Amino acid sequence: MSMPEKYDAILIGAGHNGLVTAALLARAGLSVLVLEQRKSLGGAAATEEIFAGFRVNTGADDAGLLHPEVLRHLDLERQGLQFVESPVLAFAPQPDGPPLTLWRDPAKSSSEIARHCDDDARRFPEYCRLVQRLSALLQGMMTLTPPRLHKTSLAEAYPWMKLALKVKGLGKRDMMEFLRLLPMPVYDFLQERFKSPLLQGVLGSAGVSGIRFGPRAAGTTFLLLYHSLNGGAPAGRASRFVRGGMGRLSHVLAEAAAKCGAEIRTESSVSRILVDDQGRAAGVALATGEELPARSIVSNADPRRTLMDLLGPARLQPRMMRRAGNIRLRGTTAKLLLALDSLPRFQNAPPGDDHLKGHILIAPSLDYLERASDDAKYGRISRRPILDAVIPTLTDPSLAPAGKHILSVTAQHAPYSLKEGSWEEQAPELADLIIGTLAQYAPGLQESVLHQRILTPLDWERDYGLSEGSIHQGEMGLDQMLFMRPMAGCGQYRSPVKGLYLCGAGTHPGGGVTGAPGFNAAREILKDRKRRGDNRRGV
Amino acid sequence: MPDRYDAIVIGGGHNGLVTAAYLARGGLRTLLLERRPIVGGASVSEEVFPGFRFSVFSYVVSLLRPEIIRELKLPEHGLAILPLESTLTPLPDGDCLYRDADHYRTLRDIARFSPRDAEAYEDYGRTLYFMAKAVKYMLGIMPPDPTKLNPRDLIGMGGLGRHMLGLGEEKLQTLTKLMTMSSADFVEEWFESEPLKATLSASGIIGTFLGPRSPGTAYVLLHHYMGEIDGNFRAWGFARGGTGGISEAIASSACSLGAEIRTGASVERLIIKNGRILGVALQNGDEILSRTVISSLDPRHTFLRLAGEKHLPGELVASLKNYVYRGSSAKVNLALDAAPDFACRPGDGPHLRGAFSISPDLDYLERAYDDAKYGRFSRQPYMDVILPSMIDPAMAPPGKHVMSCFIQYAPYHLAEGDWDGQRQALGDTVIETLSQYIPNLKDIILHRQVLTPLDIERTTGLTQGNIFQGELSLSQLFFLRPAPGLAQYRTPIRNYYHCGSATHPGGGITGAPGRLAALEILRDLKK
Amino acid sequence: MCHSHEWREWAGWLAASTYEHSHEREYYAIRNGVALIDVSPLFKYEVRGPDAVRLVNRVMTRDIGKCQVGRVMYTPWCDDDGKMIEDGTVARLADDHLRVTAAERSLRWFEDCGYGLDASVDEVTEELAALAVQGPNSRALLQELMPHAGLDKLSYFRLTKGKIDGFEVTVTRTGYTGDLGYELWTPIANAPQLWDSLMDKGNGYGATPTGIVALDIARIEAGLLLIDVDFFSSHKTLIEAQKSSPLELGLGWAVRFDKGDYVGRQALLDEEERGSEWALMGVEVDWVHLERLFDEVDLPPRVAGRASRSAVPLYKEREQIGQVTSHTFSPILKKYIGLASLRSLYARPGNQVEMEVTIEYSRQRARATLVKPPFFDPRRKKE
Repeated sequence: MSMPEKYDAILIGAGHNGLVTAALLARAGLSVLVLEQRKSLGGAAATEEIFAGFRVNTGADDAGLLHPEVLRHLDLERQGLQFVESPVLAFAPQPDGPPLTLWRDPAKSSSEIARHCDDDARRFPEYCRLVQRLSALLQGMMTLTPPRLHKTSLAEAYPWMKLALKVKGLGKRDMMEFLRLLPMPVYDFLQERFKSPLLQGVLGSAGVSGIRFGPRAAGTTFLLLYHSLNGGAPAGRASRFVRGGMGRLSHVLAEAAAKCGAEIRTESSVSRILVDDQGRAAGVALATGEELPARSIVSNADPRRTLMDLLGPARLQPRMMRRAGNIRLRGTTAKLLLALDSLPRFQNAPPGDDHLKGHILIAPSLDYLERASDDAKYGRISRRPILDAVIPTLTDPSLAPAGKHILSVTAQHAPYSLKEGSWEEQAPELADLIIGTLAQYAPGLQESVLHQRILTPLDWERDYGLSEGSIHQGEMGLDQMLFMRPMAGCGQYRSPVKGLYLCGAGTHPGGGVTGAPGFNAAREILKDRKRRGDNRRGV
Repeated sequence: MPDRYDAIVIGGGHNGLVTAAYLARGGLRTLLLERRPIVGGASVSEEVFPGFRFSVFSYVVSLLRPEIIRELKLPEHGLAILPLESTLTPLPDGDCLYRDADHYRTLRDIARFSPRDAEAYEDYGRTLYFMAKAVKYMLGIMPPDPTKLNPRDLIGMGGLGRHMLGLGEEKLQTLTKLMTMSSADFVEEWFESEPLKATLSASGIIGTFLGPRSPGTAYVLLHHYMGEIDGNFRAWGFARGGTGGISEAIASSACSLGAEIRTGASVERLIIKNGRILGVALQNGDEILSRTVISSLDPRHTFLRLAGEKHLPGELVASLKNYVYRGSSAKVNLALDAAPDFACRPGDGPHLRGAFSISPDLDYLERAYDDAKYGRFSRQPYMDVILPSMIDPAMAPPGKHVMSCFIQYAPYHLAEGDWDGQRQALGDTVIETLSQYIPNLKDIILHRQVLTPLDIERTTGLTQGNIFQGELSLSQLFFLRPAPGLAQYRTPIRNYYHCGSATHPGGGITGAPGRLAALEILRDLKK
Repeated sequence: MCHSHEWREWAGWLAASTYEHSHEREYYAIRNGVALIDVSPLFKYEVRGPDAVRLVNRVMTRDIGKCQVGRVMYTPWCDDDGKMIEDGTVARLADDHLRVTAAERSLRWFEDCGYGLDASVDEVTEELAALAVQGPNSRALLQELMPHAGLDKLSYFRLTKGKIDGFEVTVTRTGYTGDLGYELWTPIANAPQLWDSLMDKGNGYGATPTGIVALDIARIEAGLLLIDVDFFSSHKTLIEAQKSSPLELGLGWAVRFDKGDYVGRQALLDEEERGSEWALMGVEVDWVHLERLFDEVDLPPRVAGRASRSAVPLYKEREQIGQVTSHTFSPILKKYIGLASLRSLYARPGNQVEMEVTIEYSRQRARATLVKPPFFDPRRKKE
């Protein structure tokens, strides 16, 4: 029997982060195999034809967080990746009353805000400048490997010290403000600045996106800054879409990897990570029973699943196992995908359809956000959910048959752990609730629905392998950031098992289509490889 | 022309008293001015009803720094802290969780609810011991200012960094969690049974306008555990004579060290010239001159009212206006004709000499918070109840008792109505809730006193009735407390200082802010 | 059973220290008759399921895979760093069923170590009574009560089942005295009657209710360690120095490296390669020298009495090389003996050392010799 070829690296999961890692490793000359359990690539960054003729983003819609350094490094735009930027970042309708439209241009947004509150309009440009400055700082942190909690080497600490100096360079006032704001509830942050409940609600919704907490929770300002990257400051989202759908990004990444020799196998589900006698990760076993050896294993699966399920029982020492078991996941997001016969018509909407090209938000006030999360705390679906809808067909008509549209709605909160009932029975009710809620703002929406599909946290878990349906692979709370992401002792993309790495959203800097975790993981893997190579020569 | 003092301390709360005592001890001619007829601020004992003495506001002590007790010789001045050894969590089904100084017996009781929890309890206790030890360092120093490049602040930051890294990975990660998590999430890393989780995480909500599931409350939980580092496992105590006993002891010590204390003296404004303080003007028109003035009041009074915006930089005024108070606590004091009879433990017993925590499960606490978020007092409030007369019989006539109920949540801002209209409704809710666990309660109540956040504000001057002089949230701790640039007890006005709970390390009867402030002032005056 | 004159706390329960004012009769029952000791406060766990052995083997340092049905094994267990958590016995009741005893609560640890394995852990501490029947006459007494249990053929660290008064009783040939002895395990409701029957029939065998004080002397003679005295659980220690590994406690024989991975294996292996810094030895005080020290103040040697659980320093010349963690006068050996943790550099049998003794308020050093425990190991224990 001939031994199967031993890869330098096997990637578990072809999410966008896994593909970034694969492309970078392959480019560095490693033999790379990517194993994806689903039929399509991209994980939660995929575009699939789930209704005939409609190519739908089944996960993320907005590519606004994609890190410029990742783009530049992989030269993705030269390889055919195209972005479409909506002039409008967010549109928040009201059932009776004027809607709020936030433009990419802060000045233009200010004049819209003036229709709601003059004071807010005056303060808005200053707010945008502050958020931009602070989120630029965050962006600098995103492509750095977090320092270890102790025994940090100078080389590891150096980039962070540089950044710290930059923080000091911001000036005393900004620096204190940065330190004060990071742990602050977005509720307080926005109350300090604005009066209009609608403006507060829209901005605040970025601070609670993907987490079970409400806007009064500490750390939500941090999340607002995170989502305000790349020009998204005026609305807490950048409304930058990929032409051809989000899946196109994954394909471009896959092509970049393949061009350098990486092999990609879909519908190959990894059931176990193999560990050799020395306790080093040595390969993977597929669900089919096939075993594939490799020098390194890189998991794009979430850390809990990687460490507790894939690694198999009795592989981690109890201390690490308890930490992995304590990773807070708490998926809370559902997605409703609609194929529409015509564009929805929102009440009091301005003429034209520019306002529908960004995010359409149902987040009328901070209290609304808070009440939505109250329900989730007790294991209930929010009776009045926070909705974030996108119509990708407006910026890219090729995604649907002529004249038809896709409405992709992200709904919060839909807690993974329901106190009563099961997701099987509650999923249709949730779909009705979302459509019904939207219809209060866009009467007649129901009549234009051609097809619909709901994805609950349970679906994320079952079909996408995201434990507890956590789209960020771990709640983006302050205690699960930086060196604490996914857990202490695991913050440098290395798992407690030698040769096993993590590269997904569960690692620093976190969720969203940033590419940064994959980018950083590749750097650390190559660093280890170099170190080992040096050792070998030394012996 | 009145005499000139070296130091005038405004406000005779326990921190003001501690500052005055230390300044007098440092040889300064010190005068303390208290608006009310008695000293103590929120640490006072008063005979509210004939024969019944109450610790009117603050009611237990776990945090009073032992160095203060030693350095100010408080036991010689009458301080005695009596142990409050048990916590009883009665449950709606008639059962209860009972924890006391008998460690192994406590574990057995916890094991009735979950054997895993009993095992985890030891690990949890050890972890909090480590954490208290780690944080004690920070509580004992003046916060360095990370924006300053002078040697003292740099050394301070360096020392802090060394201390942190010296903790090792395991402790540092736990400390990080503790600083950022919710108390519920934190305790859920150990425990599964509701009464234990709720009762432990309740320490994280006391005095805050946050629920047990709000991030940031884990730190408050630790803050309440700090007392344990210097003493026994649960070093909660009750001062003989009530918390007023603490203030009286400090006042007596201060006087013996040469400080003067004037009650009924309300400060109207500061006398400031060329950005420098010269003294204070009282409501009665008197002006008293002093080299330094130290305010133990909260920032609204210290800065916005007494100093006035015109003497402060605009940025600072903006920060101080954003400083979060959010009073959330109320107090109900009951005079009882007899001892209360618990449904879960009928009759007399050692449990009556401990605390009772109305915290049957996490959702109960969280719902109580939900009410407050939307401007209502909790329909089913969290309560921490003790019977001071059981511990110190002198608090009530023989055979009769006083009951102190700390209530959360009672938001300062009500969505509907006002506190003058809702005060009695709050009292009724408290008694209804307690009666579920103490069936004879309604029959034995002789008198009741309901103190809403508004009453706390009116009597003690604490803005919005916040018992910590401002929320203990991450954005308002350490070098950010109460605002950037104000954390080192100095103010932009020369020779004007502040020393209240709104300064590092924060609220509770610790005396630590008062002591640290006094040490800084003495240091400045030596130069 | 409840006629004790003195109680002490044991894991949240009360246990008899002695049943009379003096423990002496109870001690001699262990060595010369039969002692009945209620050891029910031991924590007891049942591990069941297809992976039951895997789970226990994941926790323990000994190879539980070799523990056949009907066998009992003593074993330590450790944390990730190879530091001792505690020790106990594992009884293999069936292929997929083991019972583990522990001095501390261990459910959470066992469950967490077994994450992902197909086995359940149940605590039966309060359901199962445990009664130690120890001493030279224990076999004869039990044989009279349960003639069909085959006790004559039950070898050391084996178990059998039988009936007493119609109750199902599991008998293990184990104990904490270093003598011939058994432990009986039965549902708690049967315990009082079991006790009464043993006392009833035991009259002719010298059966004596025995408390912890006498047991403490016997276990030191047998060289058996006591948690919180001779070592501390790494789950409770506040500093690293308070922890110890089984290798440092003379339990190297119970640490296996050839059984696959288990909790703490790597750390123990590293320590084995490096060599342990500490070792556990027995200490025999030079009686003549001790007598002379007492004689200097005109007193006879006053050492007989209870075992001491407060540690005293151990010296080699001027240097402190360790501490004697429990020590006692052995009534049967007529020697003053102790168990000591000391720098492994000095841990050679025969090495002359000095142990601190306090005579008339003055600290003295008594000469002593290091020996390999046990001090007392009668053939009947295993025969």
